[in-house]
Amino acid sequence: MTEKNTALELIDIHKSYGSLEVLKGVSLSAGDGEVISILGSSGSGKSTLLRCINLLERPSRGQIRIAGEELNLVTGKDGDLRAANIRQLERMRSRIGFVFQNFNLWPHKSIIENIIEAPTQVLKQSRDQAISRAEELLDRVGLLNKRDAYPANLSGGQQQRVAIARALAMDPQVLLFDEPTSALDPELVNEVLAVMRSLAEEGRTMLIVTHEMRFAREVSSQVVFLHQGQIEESGTPEEVFDRPRSQRVRDFMASHA
Amino acid sequence: MSWDWSVIVEYFPRLVDGIWVTLELVFLSGLLGLLLAVPLALMRASHNPWLRALPFGYIFFFRGTPLLVQIFLIYYGASQFEAVRESVLWPVLREPYWCAIIAFTLNTAAYSAELIRGAIHAIPKGELEAADAFGMSKAMKVRRIVLPRAFGIVLPAYGNELILMLKSSSLASTITLLDITGAARTIIARTYTPLEIFLAAGVLYLIITAVMIGCFRLLEMRLNRHQHYKMPAELTAVDPRLKD
Repeated sequence: MTEKNTALELIDIHKSYGSLEVLKGVSLSAGDGEVISILGSSGSGKSTLLRCINLLERPSRGQIRIAGEELNLVTGKDGDLRAANIRQLERMRSRIGFVFQNFNLWPHKSIIENIIEAPTQVLKQSRDQAISRAEELLDRVGLLNKRDAYPANLSGGQQQRVAIARALAMDPQVLLFDEPTSALDPELVNEVLAVMRSLAEEGRTMLIVTHEMRFAREVSSQVVFLHQGQIEESGTPEEVFDRPRSQRVRDFMASHA
Repeated sequence: MSWDWSVIVEYFPRLVDGIWVTLELVFLSGLLGLLLAVPLALMRASHNPWLRALPFGYIFFFRGTPLLVQIFLIYYGASQFEAVRESVLWPVLREPYWCAIIAFTLNTAAYSAELIRGAIHAIPKGELEAADAFGMSKAMKVRRIVLPRAFGIVLPAYGNELILMLKSSSLASTITLLDITGAARTIIARTYTPLEIFLAAGVLYLIITAVMIGCFRLLEMRLNRHQHYKMPAELTAVDPRLKD
């Protein structure tokens, strides 16, 4: 058996807003330690797909499995799926790290409080234990000296590094990044990518929606190209970047080179 | 006309007694009103249309009618019902003090609920999504993120509401309570010196308002410390070696 355990599996995910079908049946699976980049032009459904994984967006159809456990879904009154068991959803969400485009730190909490919030409240870790782990993570993202500052005191790049530390504090099985550098000034992008690169190198399972082509090519084990809610092409970075079969992917790569 | 300092001096202790009644009215009903306003605001901000509709009539009534009418309805109106007079609540509803507290509480709760609802809506959606993404339950999200954030946002507006309440509390004097205004009216009935005594009463309200503004400023510094935090100089200073 050389097959790795499956950390995340999405089967036939559909999502419609009224008559507008944003996702038209997307399936993908990530083995343990795999880094999958999801590319595509805006409106291709890549962020929606990512947000469907932990039900920030409710898919209309499809199945979601995290580390072999299937999220129980039932059809809600509005026709979209919802969690059959809210406790299961909360438990599964606590195992999925999510990094937002706009960081979404809690502004009324200091940096260290932001990081220990979910470990102490959701995982019921002791405060001391959570703080020492948070300090380790802050050190790792190079921001230990900002531990008592507030999000508003930090630059966008620093806030995003804190947001990554905050996600890591839960020891998630999968990390989802929703355009983590798109809201940043160009000179701040690299500090965030450097942190993400080190996470990829230590074997974290990651799904990354991004426009950073060079980064995607360097860190990904698999690249998925989404077009109008469907997978247009997927494969290794070499396959998708160097020898794309689809003309659309070729055009996209040419315009993003 | 002649200005008579001596009546102010002589009757000042009476006015000061009135301060306590006024402060009790404002803070007791302010506190009870806030306790009532939080669940009402959460209902108003709910996604469930039924839950949202429930407090609407109550809020509409108390914001849409004069406070004086509400006080009269409770003080004079409740006693018209035999059921009320025979109920266990009668010892409370018989007292003008408690009638005023009830009227003020219900009134301020309606206004505060709308203020808090507005604050809840003002919280950026992403901050709540972050709580969801970490697997927080609804109740935990409300307790840890929504309410602390909403209180920080609502504070300046709520300080204003409490100051408005301080001044509305003078209406309690119409149902025989000896708050600052009530005490002033009693004194004036005896001394016929309305200018001196009402002016003294006005100054007392001014002082209380000033103290309340100061307290809210302190509370604001505390609750919204994230907006006032200055990083220690050693963290913001540029490394001296980098300077030319």
